[in-house]
Amino acid sequence: MLSRVANSLYWMSRYIERAENVARLLDVNLQLMLDFVDMDDAQLKEHWLPIIRSAGDEETFFKYYEHADSRSVTEFMTFREENPSSVISCLFTARENARQIRDQISFEMFETINDCYLFLKSTDARKIWQDGAHAFYNKIKEYSHLFQGLTDSTFLRGDGYEFIQFGKFLERTDKTTHILDIKYHILLPTLEDVGGAVDAAQWQAVLRSVSALQAYRRFYVADILPWKVAEFLIFSPTFPRSIRFGLERVNHFLHLISDTKPGDHRSAEARAFGRLVSDMQFLTIEDVMNGGLHEFFVRVRTTLDQIDDFLYQSFMYHPPTDLEAEIRLHQQEMQQQQA
Amino acid sequence: MLFQGYDKGDFCDEMLADDGSVRPHYRSVVEGFGRLNSSEWAQRQTATDLAFMRSGVTFTVYSDSQGTERIFPFDLVPRVIPATEWTQIERGLIQRITALNLFLHDIYHDQKILKDRIIPPHYVLGAKHFRREFMGFNVPKDIYVHICGSDLIRGRDGGYLVLEDNLRCPSGSSYMLENRAALKRAFPQLYQGAGVRPVDGYAQELLKVLQFVVPQNFRDQQPNVVLLTPGVYNSAYFEHSFLARQMGIPIVEGRDLLVQDARVYMRTTAGLAPVDVIYRRIDDDFLDPSIFRSDSMLGVPGLVHAYRSGNVSLANSIGTGVADDKVIYYFVPRMIKYYLGEDPILPNVETYLASEPQDRTYILENLSKLVVKSANEAGGYGMLMGPWAAKEEIEEFRKLIIANPRNFIGQPPISLSRHPTWCGECFEGRHVDLRPYILYGDKITVTPGGLTRVALRKGSLVVNSSQGGGSKDTWVLHGDE
Repeated sequence: MLSRVANSLYWMSRYIERAENVARLLDVNLQLMLDFVDMDDAQLKEHWLPIIRSAGDEETFFKYYEHADSRSVTEFMTFREENPSSVISCLFTARENARQIRDQISFEMFETINDCYLFLKSTDARKIWQDGAHAFYNKIKEYSHLFQGLTDSTFLRGDGYEFIQFGKFLERTDKTTHILDIKYHILLPTLEDVGGAVDAAQWQAVLRSVSALQAYRRFYVADILPWKVAEFLIFSPTFPRSIRFGLERVNHFLHLISDTKPGDHRSAEARAFGRLVSDMQFLTIEDVMNGGLHEFFVRVRTTLDQIDDFLYQSFMYHPPTDLEAEIRLHQQEMQQQQA
Repeated sequence: MLFQGYDKGDFCDEMLADDGSVRPHYRSVVEGFGRLNSSEWAQRQTATDLAFMRSGVTFTVYSDSQGTERIFPFDLVPRVIPATEWTQIERGLIQRITALNLFLHDIYHDQKILKDRIIPPHYVLGAKHFRREFMGFNVPKDIYVHICGSDLIRGRDGGYLVLEDNLRCPSGSSYMLENRAALKRAFPQLYQGAGVRPVDGYAQELLKVLQFVVPQNFRDQQPNVVLLTPGVYNSAYFEHSFLARQMGIPIVEGRDLLVQDARVYMRTTAGLAPVDVIYRRIDDDFLDPSIFRSDSMLGVPGLVHAYRSGNVSLANSIGTGVADDKVIYYFVPRMIKYYLGEDPILPNVETYLASEPQDRTYILENLSKLVVKSANEAGGYGMLMGPWAAKEEIEEFRKLIIANPRNFIGQPPISLSRHPTWCGECFEGRHVDLRPYILYGDKITVTPGGLTRVALRKGSLVVNSSQGGGSKDTWVLHGDE
């Protein structure tokens, strides 16, 4: 497969997953806000700023808006094309990548992503969003699920599939660390403070933003305990949006792409990544808490970034061609032949 | 019902004979569509447009961050050609491409046709797209033109004429295929009963042609064929990716390729993979910045070297553009006579060369009655439609012609045949042309069908998509009705 094609498959998949995660995050937080009344500017800001940080950048936000409140933040993260992580930017980029390789993906996959693009470009999109953001975000999630389902049922299992899955799980794992990171500060206060009504609502929101509420309940029955939530979302080997699950999938596809056996690590990046994956089997939530939850998430993200960069350089990267040098080379090459 | 009140006007109409009766080969279409009423028709038209939009069958109008895309307007009434008529067209096209191919071989080798003074040498040697660098170069299997899309029109008397030959990168074949698929979806029963010859074989036939010209050096392996596109922002990108997908070959951009030791490779996830045949959809000028335009970012440095070394084949070959020159077009009937000893089956449109003194006088005296075209422009640009032009425009062309006569030809305006076309509420006659696709491999084949382009603007004779043109499915029948 062309390196350029691998690159486009990877980004297409990553951006769709990112759009879905942003949609989830916004949806859940909007609903959460319904439980709070009379929040002042400062409180609103405190609530929304970490969310901007997790999937966008603050500076761009304040270029366009004065206050960080439900309305402005969700607009910024949904429709602002100047924000490269907004839902609309992600899906436009995903579609642009799909268009470049539409001969490589199934017709159904292209049609789904193109439908989604046409929907977002239509005036309908904003209207649906204004009438009820929940219905809008649901639609975005549905497009993403439809796309993933079609990838599963219509796309050839080969190296292209591996790049798609690699991109998807990498993005998903990264986003789960961000979602947990938003709330990590609630875990820091002394144990007595934990467990109030507000916290419970917030942790429920965290679980719902990764579709984990039901799964968590099946596992730990009714009580939403912050530590348990963190443990579940970090270490569950079976929940498909947990960090451990994601890392193991990334690892799986990493080996397939680089054609190495599990346990066979041929670079510093691959070794560091392998170490993190095995740590997920042996660390406990207490170890992670003692070392600092935030620090742990940073480690996960850094390691992911490094392995991502490694893969990119090895399989997808186009070394920039020095056109002039190449032209000289070939002109000289021909002169030599004619002499 | 649906066609009631349709007025053919004083034109050659594809559907109606001069006495107003339905031509035999249109009977099943008229009967089939006649059962619908106009709102049902509008409904199907909308559904078809929507399907094109959804599946991304579009062309890019211009590129901005959102890339404005439009569908190529598609009119659901098919253009029908009976078998006898088609046989004639097919023979004429095969004759023409055979002669053109012999001409290209000749002018890049012995130049007999110039020495015998059939064509004044300066016309060929001074043509913008004549590639002196390729004198004496042997192209694989002596085929220069692998893919050709000639434009045919019909005048008042219904006879077919060749308006131009497109020997470089003719486009539109994807629309021929997509239009057929759309029409089958919209009217499955009608199509089934109409006895239409399929066009689906085009992509497969094209791949066979490309594999046929694999370089001598690599003949014993399965050839690696790729399609070279200028990129996703090119207006025809949809077509490129469509054809690549139909043929199951990779679509590559210049930056995906590189040349080492006079061999072309593509950069893949598994390292470099060799490339044997390139179906290129970029012009000669951009192919190789080390030979032609040095600022080309679309091409591959060293590609021409690999080509000359016989390590890669190009379709179409370099240097075919000389025969697209509208001045050279004038001489095609003479080529047919010279190389084949035959009379042309499909005649040219009557043409005057501004560089011949007598013709020039005639052109300058009759500017308001003629169509004047630049020798090397396409897409309906660089053209004066005398009878419809403003005075200033005519005077401007007069200056241009006097300044550079070699660059202009004049033709009497042909009142193209018309075809019933859906115009929002009812059917009206609109002018059409026909672009069939000819493939030249181990034999020459003409796909039974083609792209019928229609000038959607009332009265307009310009069918180009960039100038308000649309298209129709083209039915070639097994029989004559």
